[in-house]
Amino acid sequence: MEALFGKTLEELKVVAAENGLPGFTAKQMAQWLYTKKVSEIDDMTNLSKDARGRLKEKYEIGRVVPSKVQASVDGTKKYLYPAQKGLFIEAAYIPEKDRHTLCISSQIGCKMGCLFCMTGKQGFQGQLTAGEIVNQVISLPESDQLTNIVYMGMGEPLDNVDNVLKSLEIFTSDWGMGWSPRRFNVSTIGVEPAMRRFIEESDAHLAISLHTPFNEERKKLMPIEQVYPIEEVIDALKEYDFGRQRRISFEYIMFDGVNDTPAHVKGLTKLLNGIRCRINLIRFHPIPDSPLRGSSDEKIKWFSDQLNKKGLTTTIRRSRGEDIYAACGLLSTKNMLKEDTEKDY
Amino acid sequence: MPQRKQKELFPTKVLKKEEIAPGVFTIYTEKKFDFIPGQVVAIAMTADEEPRLYSIASGNTAGHIRILFDINPEGSLTPKLAQLDPGDEMLMSEPFGRFLGTEDPAWWIATGTGVAPFISMSESGLIQNKKLIHGARTPKEFWFSEHFSASLNDHYVRFATRETAPGIQAGRLTQWLKEQNNLPNNIKYYLCGNANMVVDVRDILVSKGIPYDNIVAEIYF
Repeated sequence: MEALFGKTLEELKVVAAENGLPGFTAKQMAQWLYTKKVSEIDDMTNLSKDARGRLKEKYEIGRVVPSKVQASVDGTKKYLYPAQKGLFIEAAYIPEKDRHTLCISSQIGCKMGCLFCMTGKQGFQGQLTAGEIVNQVISLPESDQLTNIVYMGMGEPLDNVDNVLKSLEIFTSDWGMGWSPRRFNVSTIGVEPAMRRFIEESDAHLAISLHTPFNEERKKLMPIEQVYPIEEVIDALKEYDFGRQRRISFEYIMFDGVNDTPAHVKGLTKLLNGIRCRINLIRFHPIPDSPLRGSSDEKIKWFSDQLNKKGLTTTIRRSRGEDIYAACGLLSTKNMLKEDTEKDY
Repeated sequence: MPQRKQKELFPTKVLKKEEIAPGVFTIYTEKKFDFIPGQVVAIAMTADEEPRLYSIASGNTAGHIRILFDINPEGSLTPKLAQLDPGDEMLMSEPFGRFLGTEDPAWWIATGTGVAPFISMSESGLIQNKKLIHGARTPKEFWFSEHFSASLNDHYVRFATRETAPGIQAGRLTQWLKEQNNLPNNIKYYLCGNANMVVDVRDILVSKGIPYDNIVAEIYF
């Protein structure tokens, strides 16, 4: 059975046409899927019984509820969702006083191999469909309380740009959920061609995982630097007018003795000159066998002060959900993977 | 908003195509630009599709560019590349990337077609003080093995996970690395292949005391 959930209005029009249903049925289906959030085709009560019958022969709604939840002492919750091929993904719900954020996944695992990331350690198992991305939001028990969605969970969103853009279309279109694109922030390590496409085809905020202004150092932390050097990514950003509402931010995990020196303050100031942006400093949440250690709170505060003095708006992100491995860089379903007998190494 | 600027792609003529094993191809094209061994090119069939990146698998003194690839049945590009014939054109960018070979001593570690940049480095003469560790499923999948056997001799170590053959060790290269107690820690380790291999090997090397500064990784995505 094919899932209806995750289809855009254009795709639902094709479903309607292929099944001999009137064109307006597509919009009705979209409303049932994304506004009224039905879980059965029979619940689409303004479709004729005949139309529902025809749809049920080939389609199902295709929403899945989380199979597990873990709660942190700080209120953060980590949800486990079943995905394709018996695999799993995680999403982190982060409630605050005035803001309820969901950190969602875009891939099962990740291909990017960043040295500091737990997701990277499980390798890559598959691309999420647009439906699997949107489902993390709609099937969340706290869905109605959400104010912000960040694509900062498992995977590199812009390595799955088709489905990420499709999910944003569903989230933000009038026929979909109708949310403002400013409620969404998509994070990338700088896959430049896909980043350009995202900038042009979406109005959501953009976050770049930076972590050091220096090429040679970044290459050791993030293999993507081999093909898309950070200065080329920055030059690409400078070609676009982001307007007053759309935000660019840079994520910067603080590694003790690696990227927290005065030279890095200077390097960041030079690299980001001319870009209206914000820098988020993030505490490193150690992962097993990592050669990296996190900077001290004092050092992070010092680094933040130095950057602010240079005119770079800098904030320190509060760690959330560290005790349940829901904090930045810790999402992983590696221990749920079967031992891969197909490995050729 | 400006028109999206991708890397400029140039019509590039196919000179030769060989199916070196079922579903595995080398394509030779005209060479429009010089390159540094280890660099990649972006390739597409038409201007409106997303280019994919491929490591160059030929020496920098050759008069052609060689690409090594296997068909990804779900992929949008490789099935089309496999259909090309000499005289056909594809679109190719200038070479770019910073996973660069040097004269310095190094171990090269690859799986499958991840061996491509090391073919380029070795055919470009960067073969002294190098060791290639290559993993595959069967003995037939060690691409360019004749070249490496001849140029690296016993510095060419192969691991096959499913079958074995003379000169090829049975098992996984990761297991072999785990069993090594004296890995040199003053050389570079170049890793190229899929993310799973790169992160597994990098973890093993770090656990063996290799400074992460000495691990250079190129991922296929």
